[in-house]
Amino acid sequence: MAMVEVEGLRKVYDGGFEALKGVDLSIEKGEILALLGPNGAGKTTLISTICGLVQPTSGAVRVGGHDVVRDYRAARSLIGLVPQEINLEPFSKVLPAVRFTRGLFGKPRNEALLEDILRRLSLWDKRDTQTRALSGGMKRRVLIAKALSHEPEVLFLDEPTAGVDVELRRDMWAIVEELRGRGTTIILTTHYIEEAEAIADRVGVINGGRILLLEDKKRLLSRLGRKELRVELDTSLATLPPALQNRGLALEDGGRVLVHTYDTAADRSGIAHLMADLRSEGIAVRDVSTRQSTLEDIFVSMVAKQEEPA
Amino acid sequence: MNLRGIWAIYHYEMTRFFRTLLQSFISPVISTSLYFVVFGAAIGSRIQEVEGVSYGAFIVPGLVMLSVISQSISNASFAIYFPKFTGTIYEPLSAPVSFLEIVIGFVGAAATKSLFIGAVILATAALFIDMQVMHPAAMLAFLVLTCISFSLLGFILGLWAGNFEQLQLVPLLIVTPLIFLGGSFYSISMLPPLWQTITLFNPVVYLISGFRWAFFGMADVPIGLSLLAIAAFTGICLAVIWIIFRTGWRIRA
Repeated sequence: MAMVEVEGLRKVYDGGFEALKGVDLSIEKGEILALLGPNGAGKTTLISTICGLVQPTSGAVRVGGHDVVRDYRAARSLIGLVPQEINLEPFSKVLPAVRFTRGLFGKPRNEALLEDILRRLSLWDKRDTQTRALSGGMKRRVLIAKALSHEPEVLFLDEPTAGVDVELRRDMWAIVEELRGRGTTIILTTHYIEEAEAIADRVGVINGGRILLLEDKKRLLSRLGRKELRVELDTSLATLPPALQNRGLALEDGGRVLVHTYDTAADRSGIAHLMADLRSEGIAVRDVSTRQSTLEDIFVSMVAKQEEPA
Repeated sequence: MNLRGIWAIYHYEMTRFFRTLLQSFISPVISTSLYFVVFGAAIGSRIQEVEGVSYGAFIVPGLVMLSVISQSISNASFAIYFPKFTGTIYEPLSAPVSFLEIVIGFVGAAATKSLFIGAVILATAALFIDMQVMHPAAMLAFLVLTCISFSLLGFILGLWAGNFEQLQLVPLLIVTPLIFLGGSFYSISMLPPLWQTITLFNPVVYLISGFRWAFFGMADVPIGLSLLAIAAFTGICLAVIWIIFRTGWRIRA
């Protein structure tokens, strides 16, 4: 069952800027989707529109089957939002701030639950501290606690780990893992590709208000996840010897480097074979290195391709 | 109706109020006391009576209105402007609460605060003069309606304001003159005939007149007109807020 459905969503701001140019997106229940994109790609506008902070120009958004405009109460009840900016009332204390959010969502008091959330986020000791006295990372934890306080079924994390320390990032990932176990649907935007690689089920790339790609992370990595073996030769070759031809090898750097590309998912890499052939041909090898394409390469090449003039 | 949501906003706002109890309560008490010393004792001793009421007593309803109106506006405008300023406005906007519920929470809290302050000022006044309230129910009704309607006005100002300067501008340039020229310290009949007519365009005149009627049974304008004026004012504020929320003006992009 699709938990979040976005259909033909467009958003034109008052100034005329078109932040979303027809976005279609369907997110399954219990799925973790990572949205990657450069600054100004439309990530935050997309999240804000789903959460009710931005009015859509056209198109439809449904959360749990409820239209976010017409049936906003039912839709928003399901959503927890961790905003990108650290928006906290500076003079409010941690526990009352979290309690406030739960009340705002119409949920009855549940102090045991709030204690559990604060403990998991290492905030329990700070519950009576004013938020202005907290460090940046701690403030972000408070935002996460607020979003979790009303037990959402869909959690939006808008760049949750931007500028936070390693410890919080690890805690965050642990919480995401735990929520996944409970069947919570999670949508996170991030600049950090390793974050998407580490925790997402599916990866979307958004740029210029359009979704450029939306694919299962593993399939995406294996489809595009080619690996290169670069063999640096002692003396440069003008052409490949006959024994090495027709095997997809390439010569680079004026014949000094032999490049062998292979699929990481395949049974045989062909490396042992290649090395044996080089030896029997009497070609001396100075050095070898390997290089694997990452989501980052995929992402950079996609965004670069889109930005080329048509 | 998300009653828990309304309560959450109301309770949160009241907590903020009690956190700043000193400046919330002490400053109106001090300024009221000063008014009594200056106008009641120093100047008032030279004014015998205004329409059969001692001057010290005559200015009480006006003083209460003065504080209640300005407190309602500043409480409510700050209450909604501050979340806009800090960015925490995202919470009520993305929560399952309707605009009406947001208004009830914020305006309800602001009106409650001003009601508290009105009561404190009345209590302070009772220390200086012999208090008499002829129509207590009407007095309370006027007080509550004034708190609510001017909190609504303050809420609109807070939504409109783009910075702290604008937040102060309207109360300073428009509201304070209207209150001072609304007959807080004098009876309209004491003015020259031309100014008596001009004054009738000041909505605050009707409030103070009605409120004073509840105390002493005398008024500058008929009591029915006063009630009509405050009802119309409340209605206009509600309509403006409804339009603002419908269009998302200054709230939703």
